[in-house]
Amino acid sequence: MAIIEAKRLTKIFGSDPKKAIPLLDKGWSKEKIFADTKLTVGVNQADFAIEEGQIFVIMGLSGSGKSTLVRLLNRLIEPTLGQVLFNGTDVLRMSPEQLRKFRRKNVGMVFQKFALFPHRTVLQNIEYGLEVQGIDKKKRREMAMSSLELVGLTGWENSYPDQLSGGMQQRVGLARGLANDPDVLLMDEAFSALDPLIRKDMQDELLELQSKMKKTIVFITHDLNEALRIGDQIALMKDGAIVQIGTPEEILMQPANKYVERFVEDVDLSKVLTAAHVMVKAETITMEKGPRVALQFMRDRGISSLYVVDKGMRLIGIVTAEDASNAIKNGVRLDEAIIKDAPSVQPDTLLHELFELMSNSRLPISVIDPNGRLKGVVIKGAVLAALAGSTGIGTGEQHESA
Amino acid sequence: MNLPKIPLADWIDWLETWLKAHFDPFFQIIRLVVGETVNGLDVFLNWFPPLILVLLFTAIAWFIGKWKMALFTFVGLLIIENLGLWSQTMQTLALVLTAAFISVLIGVPVGILCARSSGVQKIVTPVLDFMQTMPAFVYLLPAVTFFSLGVVPGVISSIIFAIPPTIRLTNLGIRQVPAELVEAADAFGSTPTQKLFKLQLPIAMPTIMAGINQTIMLSLSMVVIASMIGAQGVGAYVYRAVTQGNTGVGFEAGLAIVILAIILDRLTQQVIRNNKAA
Repeated sequence: MAIIEAKRLTKIFGSDPKKAIPLLDKGWSKEKIFADTKLTVGVNQADFAIEEGQIFVIMGLSGSGKSTLVRLLNRLIEPTLGQVLFNGTDVLRMSPEQLRKFRRKNVGMVFQKFALFPHRTVLQNIEYGLEVQGIDKKKRREMAMSSLELVGLTGWENSYPDQLSGGMQQRVGLARGLANDPDVLLMDEAFSALDPLIRKDMQDELLELQSKMKKTIVFITHDLNEALRIGDQIALMKDGAIVQIGTPEEILMQPANKYVERFVEDVDLSKVLTAAHVMVKAETITMEKGPRVALQFMRDRGISSLYVVDKGMRLIGIVTAEDASNAIKNGVRLDEAIIKDAPSVQPDTLLHELFELMSNSRLPISVIDPNGRLKGVVIKGAVLAALAGSTGIGTGEQHESA
Repeated sequence: MNLPKIPLADWIDWLETWLKAHFDPFFQIIRLVVGETVNGLDVFLNWFPPLILVLLFTAIAWFIGKWKMALFTFVGLLIIENLGLWSQTMQTLALVLTAAFISVLIGVPVGILCARSSGVQKIVTPVLDFMQTMPAFVYLLPAVTFFSLGVVPGVISSIIFAIPPTIRLTNLGIRQVPAELVEAADAFGSTPTQKLFKLQLPIAMPTIMAGINQTIMLSLSMVVIASMIGAQGVGAYVYRAVTQGNTGVGFEAGLAIVILAIILDRLTQQVIRNNKAA
């Protein structure tokens, strides 16, 4: 079951916001509604479901309503219409007391500008959420210290936020958000204010934390590369409405409309697509067959090399047409003609890591899963086609053994 | 224009009489509490031998600030003692501290209310403007009606004149707490009271202290006016010197007020700086 579900979630800013709802139903645009009523559509009927343990990225340009949307989830901004269900309970129907309990126990939040309390030490900042719950001093110190350790800042507990670098400050923000062990962590452009290198470190750390703690994370960003890097699901927003929800691959490969297409056209695909996306079916042959069969096979298909595998599809090596005909001349078995040190990569290797390998090798690169089974082969043409944005890739055709 | 004059003066006089008739017990309680506070403080300050107190103030100045401040306090207070104005200056200090204390006691909570509700702020702001611009002499008359002559009406009119900065700057300080910090406090499930005491007041503290500093300075500026209705102290010397055309005496007493003002101002300013640095 989804841990968070939003149904027709809508926020309209201005006086008498309900006035705009029938206009939204009629499909009026944000500009038209503003021109007519002076009301600003913040979030327009967002529908989505977030599964437990997922990193759900909400992405859009500034002004697209993404920061408003995340604040509707814990009611820092009061929605105009719709529902937010947390494990089936409607957050919008909660009394102030219930809402406080929900914020204290179930959702943590990390902010773009860190929002650390300048008059409190690092430890006191992390303790804040526990303190307002009334957890006793000894217990909350313990919990805060373990949260501090999680983000690798042990030893800094008595410093003040302004003594820390930006990256460290946001680690404190993250530790504060995690201190009460919430079910859901809301991260509002949490890494946007950081330097690119530190940002990448933080993304890596977040992914590592996520793999350990299995938190559900709602991550807001305007950076598509960041979204593609960390998101399990991405919701792309424009003018307050969600225009597409899907996995990173789906967003890239099957853009729902022109807007998404334009949004993703500048993506450095080599840092997003993996070997699995561009690999093609590998022509294989098993060990038992002789060099003659291999050569015949290559002639039939018009190819110059062949992958030799065992019965379990585990890769043994490559045989080229030249080596096969030499083997026939010299009367040796196929396994003596095999090149065993041919380049190979894992399916999740990013394309930009393949470039060097490809330029140094005249042979295609084989893609092997962690069990040693051959999944496919990367050829230069397919890589170039993928980087040029041509469709029809990403399916990683299945191969049959010969 | 032949419209009859609005009988505003009559209305105000009527209101004064009415209040006096119906709330007199209340005014008497205030008179008693405020009067005893000032007197108690006065007796306390004058109980010490002057030199001991000079050293005590110097030590406080040393502790809060730097040696320059301690030196100024030491020399300044010795001059006051030398001029023979010690006891009167302590009386004035008792009045000023009482007025400032009551101003803070009332002003900070009112400032908090203003910060929380724009409605309250809209009502309070014009009232504060009125209190600060109405000539302070005008407060003296009703103050005397309600509290009779002496130090109490002086304290009350000082409060009315001096309280606005504390209210304004408390309001301002809380409103200036960055919105993202308030949002963070909300996001972690703070109650409004927790938010106030754990976030807003600590962050607003330097601004609130600046308001208190202003309040102390303004109540000090009221001591001469207050002496017109019987408040004792060094202000009364100035007033008498003015009525008798005695420039020298007036200057001496005025100098004592200046010295007191500088000491109080620098001390509170230093407290603000220490607060900011922490």
